[in-house]
Amino acid sequence: MTNQFKGETLSWELRDGVIELALHRDPCNEIGSRTLAELEKFASALEVLQSTAHALILYSTLKTGFCAGADLRELYYGAQGIGKEAAARGVREFLERIHKVLNVIDSSPLTTIAALNGVTFGGGFELALVCDLIIADKMARFCFPELRLGLIPGFGGIPRLKRDLGNAVVRDLLLTGRSFNATKAQQVGLVSQVVGEGEPLRAARGTATQLGKFDRSTAIAAKKFIKPIPYEELRQEIDLFCELFAQPAVEAGLKKFVESTDAQPYLP
Amino acid sequence: MTDSNKTLDEILNLAAAQFKVPREKLTPDDDFFKTLGIDSLQALDLLTRLEHHFNVELPDYELQGVSDFRTLAGRIQARL
Repeated sequence: MTNQFKGETLSWELRDGVIELALHRDPCNEIGSRTLAELEKFASALEVLQSTAHALILYSTLKTGFCAGADLRELYYGAQGIGKEAAARGVREFLERIHKVLNVIDSSPLTTIAALNGVTFGGGFELALVCDLIIADKMARFCFPELRLGLIPGFGGIPRLKRDLGNAVVRDLLLTGRSFNATKAQQVGLVSQVVGEGEPLRAARGTATQLGKFDRSTAIAAKKFIKPIPYEELRQEIDLFCELFAQPAVEAGLKKFVESTDAQPYLP
Repeated sequence: MTDSNKTLDEILNLAAAQFKVPREKLTPDDDFFKTLGIDSLQALDLLTRLEHHFNVELPDYELQGVSDFRTLAGRIQARL
């Protein structure tokens, strides 16, 4: 049944015109092949569900955070022993597939809301960036840590953050690899509402109820007018990511990360 | 109490409350990763709580290699 689904890594439900997509893969919703497959399933369902809904909410059921990004352990171990060319092909295929899913959500006629808590890093940040509105718990934290691994964000983060905020914020996050909190994210215009701990989903539901009062065709036209999808730059980002992935520094960076027992593995 | 000592005291109080460790067991020169037994995600949680408490921005790289409360207090004090 399309109206609801309970998978290993995520679940969704359509209720009162609002689709809620919940992420629930321990430890922090890392996006690997299983999550990707279930996101693809969701993207297919969304194309059916969106005719009977007005809003979509993305959230995490985990206290650790919304999503810590790509599953780097799967990426590293999956690339071992298969040769560089096969590893590069696998990475490109993964990126093509995740971009397709994210483009479906980004261009959905629904008004989409990311309700964020805790760690919202890398691919998790990129997943949030496809949404129209971001509501964040005050403990949410944002980061593009990819440069620490010799990479750039690969799930569309650069073009989408640039679209929404401009190059200066992209450069700060990208080139320093630093993280910032929800208050800062609101100051730069990324987050529309900062709420108390544990409150983002409630606030997102309240916002979704409000959205339901407007004429849908007008809301769809407004979104289409104000939210262009940067397809060309998204394509270029995949190419650049794949080019960088072939550099020796990446394997070394991934190895260091996955083998680290340091309490600060996110620092280079 | 000097400003630095006040900052240090507030950090120790906040860490004790957040990670449910008796305040008297924490000392300024403790390695907070070991004393609090925190992992990387909890370290980020502590960083965010400190930023909110002191109303400062602490870039991660400012804290690279910092593992004791006294040095942490110095980094925060420098941004107050």
